[in-house]
Parts: sequence; structure tokens; C-alpha cells
Amino acid sequence: MSSVIETIFYFFSFLAIYIQVFFLVTYIEKRKSIIKNPKNLKLKYYPTVTITVPCYNEEKTIAKTVDSLLGLDYPKSKLRLFLIDDGSKDNTWNIIKKFHNGKNIFAFTKPNGGKHTALNLALEKTDSEFFGCLDSDSLVHPQALKRIISYFERDKETMAVCPSIIVYEPKNLLQKAQTVEYHMSIYNKKMLGFLGGIHVTPGPFSIFRKKVFDNLGPYHKAHNTEDQEIALRMQENGYKIDHCPDAYVYTITPNTVHKLYKQRLRWIYGFIKNLMDYKRLLFKKKYGTVGLLTLPSGIIGVVGVIFLFVNVIYNLSNFIYHKIIQIQTVGFDNLFSFGSFNFDWFFFDTKAVIFSSIFMYGLILTSLLIGRKLAENKARLSVSIFYYLIVYSVIAPFWMLKAALNSVVSKESSWTQERKVKQS
Amino acid sequence: MNNNKQNDWKRYVVVFFITAAIFITGLWFSGFLDQKRISQLKSIENTISLDLQSSEIQFSLLEELSCEDISSSTVLSSELNSLAEKLSYSEDNIGIDNEEVISLKKYYSLLQIKDYLLMKKITERCGKESTFILYFYKNTECNDCTKQGYVLTSLREKYPNLRVYSFDYNLDLSAIKAMIAIYKIPDNLPALVINGEVYNGFKTIEEIEEMVPELKDMLEAEAKADAEAKVERKDGNK
Repeated sequence: MSSVIETIFYFFSFLAIYIQVFFLVTYIEKRKSIIKNPKNLKLKYYPTVTITVPCYNEEKTIAKTVDSLLGLDYPKSKLRLFLIDDGSKDNTWNIIKKFHNGKNIFAFTKPNGGKHTALNLALEKTDSEFFGCLDSDSLVHPQALKRIISYFERDKETMAVCPSIIVYEPKNLLQKAQTVEYHMSIYNKKMLGFLGGIHVTPGPFSIFRKKVFDNLGPYHKAHNTEDQEIALRMQENGYKIDHCPDAYVYTITPNTVHKLYKQRLRWIYGFIKNLMDYKRLLFKKKYGTVGLLTLPSGIIGVVGVIFLFVNVIYNLSNFIYHKIIQIQTVGFDNLFSFGSFNFDWFFFDTKAVIFSSIFMYGLILTSLLIGRKLAENKARLSVSIFYYLIVYSVIAPFWMLKAALNSVVSKESSWTQERKVKQS
Repeated sequence: MNNNKQNDWKRYVVVFFITAAIFITGLWFSGFLDQKRISQLKSIENTISLDLQSSEIQFSLLEELSCEDISSSTVLSSELNSLAEKLSYSEDNIGIDNEEVISLKKYYSLLQIKDYLLMKKITERCGKESTFILYFYKNTECNDCTKQGYVLTSLREKYPNLRVYSFDYNLDLSAIKAMIAIYKIPDNLPALVINGEVYNGFKTIEEIEEMVPELKDMLEAEAKADAEAKVERKDGNK
């Protein structure tokens, strides 16, 4: 490894370790203040809440999603559901219009315009105190809404609360790997909540005070990641976003590499583009954690992974190139002799790079375990962690690289397109 | 709110120091192990140097001794190989420019020259058929050197009795410079010196085998020796 590359590597691993240590220190400091809601939580006051379900070609899952909303432990008179068909080409509209009762469930259909247009339609038609969205591939825990509303009750400054998103019935290896990732993001999100640095209010069941939209305006298209843009807009205006770890939402996650790739491409592309739109937040003391930690760590993540990937590819092709030269000069003799292999410690790689990687993996493992503890109340190791490390280190560089390239040439990856893939 | 902000700044600083401490520990530990590695190399080097000196003295003292006794007492090559492996690993991992590594390389080159001279003497005195290849290479800007390295490694596997000594052309060592002057080695590398004759540029296995017909004899002689040993073992078993 040449010294320039080594220096860059040290730079990134220093920053990566810094971010992980930052979360860990926050966790140690604040772990006692993570609220655990009782089973029979009672609120002093039940405000009116509108939940919007935007759907596009979701005939398979939409009924389940609506049923889970109907099962919420919340006074029916205070809860309104808006089911909005965004010009689906399948049977979605026929399914949702059966739920329409004109009292607390309203179904609409409109020409396709993207998820943000569906949400904005609902915003126009509602006057409730709280507003939220539930993606049509997700289901809510019966207590989720009450637990979230309790955060607003506790702190009048809180303007939005994100739930804990959990993978719904993971079946294959890829979904099990995502389970681990989602657990980790529960931990990250809770810590960012403490630090006031949440930069995404995820589509599945983030709840806002309605006045957020009254004051800041409706959803934007925002490169098909409206849930990132609204959070950044709130941060820019000093609106507090919190996270409720025991408000569970179960989401159906991509079950093939291709679908996962498409989804992440949209997320990372959206992150990069929104970051460009909100670059004024970067490194500004005024905007706190979002500008100083969250957004920079996202950049470090994307650039670091791409750097590592390019480096691995370079080393691999170098190795193959030398093997080819070897074959050309001496044929297949000794092709697989990598020197006499012996267990002399002398030949063990003990470069500082290795130590920092070991440390990094140790910290990642710690955050996985804490995430799991927050999600399931028990921190245990499982084989899924292994799947996660393998799957993500192999595939993630591809969507990061592609998203970075796309953002340079401004090629959008849309929600609609993703749904088309889902159908096939 | 103000208090909170202050706390935040404290956290950024504290975390920085924790991370720096982790990093420095890693760097220190890796440096410590590299140092241990170098001291291990030095101890190997000392052992070899001692062996070499004693065998040289033995050699000059016991000129009257029979050839068989002498050749069996100069088994340095295996230790040279072990040093070579570790040296090449250190070049890759500690660095070509590291002073310690360069000094070890010089030392290693000297050991090779000593071994070469000693083996040549034994060959002359005892009239044994031996082939030596002196190989001069460069570490940078020499693609053919890499290829030549593969060829020589392969040759050594094929002919275990062949002795290959490799020298870094650019190493600042008077003994190597003397050899370069003696054999008039030009700077277009790789260059091979086989039985006193200089060959320039990349040479394939076949070309080297053609240049050194003794190699084939060596193979035959070995096969013969092997067969004889087998017969002896069989006789012994009877």
C-alpha cells in the first residue's frame, strides 16, 4: 500500500471510529434516559391524528397495512385515515375504496404524480393536530401511535417523532442481513435524537405536528426522498425531531439483491442530492449536530466506502495482473505457491491499518448489539450479523458508487420505478 | 439550551481524544511489532554470520580434510532462504526505504557474496560440478525483473542444487559495485552472470537451460543418486 493511500485510509478510519465513539459516548451518558413505555400507557389527552397511506401498485400488501392501522390502540374518533391511490395500474384502488366510510376513513384516487403529491393532497384535506404517513408496505404495532404521541405530550418543543423500523418476517439471507442493519439504525437514530441530529423522518410512520407543514410548507419532490428533505428543512428551522425506540413499525424489505440495490440507490442518491440542496447546513455551529456530525458522517460513509472499494479492486487487479505475467513466463508451475506458508508470527500482518479495522469492526458489533437491545430488549449475537457484514461489504459499494455517479449526471431513480420492479 | 451546546462541544473534544488515543495505541503497537520483527531479522543475521565465519575458518584450517567433510559442513543456503523470505516480506510491509531494512539487505547481500565465494572455492578444490547464477535486478521500473524473478524461482524448484544469488543493482554497497565492475554489468536489467559470463535482458527457462547444459546433467546426476540411495535403502532393509 503506497503511503498516500495509507494516509487516506487512516484519515477515513479515524473519522469512522470518531463517529462510532461519539455514539457510544452518547449512549453511555444517556442510556438511563431512554424511555420505556408501560404496556398500558394512558395519555392525558388524545389529539386528532391523520395518517396517510400513499399507494402505488400495492394490491398485495395494502389491505394488511390498513388493517394494522385499524388495530391501533387509539380512540377511533381521534384517528383519521387517508388512503391515496397515486394512479396505480393494478387493483389497488378497488381494494382501498372498500375501506372508505366517509367518517374516519377516506379513499382517494388521483393521476400518478409521485409520493409527495399524494401526501400533499392529504395535507390539504386535513385539519387535525398531528399528521403522519405510513408506507403501504409497512404495518404498525398497536401501541406505536400512543407511544409516539406521549413524546409530544412530554415535550412541547418536539415537532416530529420517528418510530423504530423493524424488518417484517425476514425470510431469506438478504432480509436477515437487513434486520441487523435496521437494528443498528434504531440505535443510531436514538442517539441522533438525543443530540438533535436526525436527518430523515422515515416514510413508515414518522408523526409530525401539523403546524410543521403549516409553517414550513408541504412536502417537496426532493429527488424522491421527501422524508429526508422535510427533516432537513425542519433542522434548518430549528424544529426538534425525536425518536421513540419502542414505537415499532414492521416494514417489508427487498428480498432480492436487485430490489435492495434499487431501493438503496434511491436513498443514497436522495441523500447526496438533498445534501447538495442543503449544503448551507454543513459545518455550521448554528445548525448543531446535523451540520457537524450527521451530514458529514454520511459523506464520510459514501466516500469512504467508495475509496475502500476502489482500493480493493485495484489490489485485486494488481494481483491478477502479476499472476498473468507469471503464467506467461513460467506457465502454470508454482501458480498456487504463495511462498511456504508457516505459522511464524513474523508473517502476520500487524500494520496499524489492521488494528484500526479490528477496532472499527468491534465498534460496529457493539452498536449492532445495542441496537438489538433497544429493539428486542436483549443483546445477543446471531448468525445474521455475519450475513450483514458479508452482504453489505460486497453490495453496498455498488449502490454508493452508482448513486454518486448518478448524482453527478443527475439521473433520478424514482419511487415509481422501484414499485414497477416490485411488481415484476 | 446554552448549557446543552457547551456539553456538545465538550463531547466533540472528549471523543476526539478517545479516538486519538485508540489510534495512537494502534500505531504504537504496530510499530512495536515491526521493531520486534527487525530485531528477529538481526538475530537471524547474526546466527548466519557466525555460521559463515566458522565454516570459513574451518575451511582454511582444514585444507587437508577430505572434500566430503567440507561440503557437508557448509549448509548455509537454507538459512539464507529463510532470511530472504523475511527480508522480502519486510520490504513489502515495513518499507523499501526503511533504514533498518536497507541495512539488512546490505548484510544479506554480503552473506550471499560470501556464500558464493565459499561455494566456488569448494567447487574448485573438490572438482565438483556446480552452477551459480548471479542475478542483478532493480526494484523500480523494471517489468522484466519481475518476470525474471519468476523464471529463477521456477528454475530453483526444478534444480534444487542450482544456486541463485540475487543482488539489487541500485543498493549502495561497495561489494556489489565491485561485482558490477568486475563483470561489467550494464544498467539495462535484468542481467545474469552464469559461470562468469554476462547475459543481458530477460531470459526464459528454456534459454537458460540452453545456456547452461550442466543443468541437465545435474538433473540426471540427481536422478542417479536418488536411484542409488533407493537401492542402498533396499539393501539395508534386507
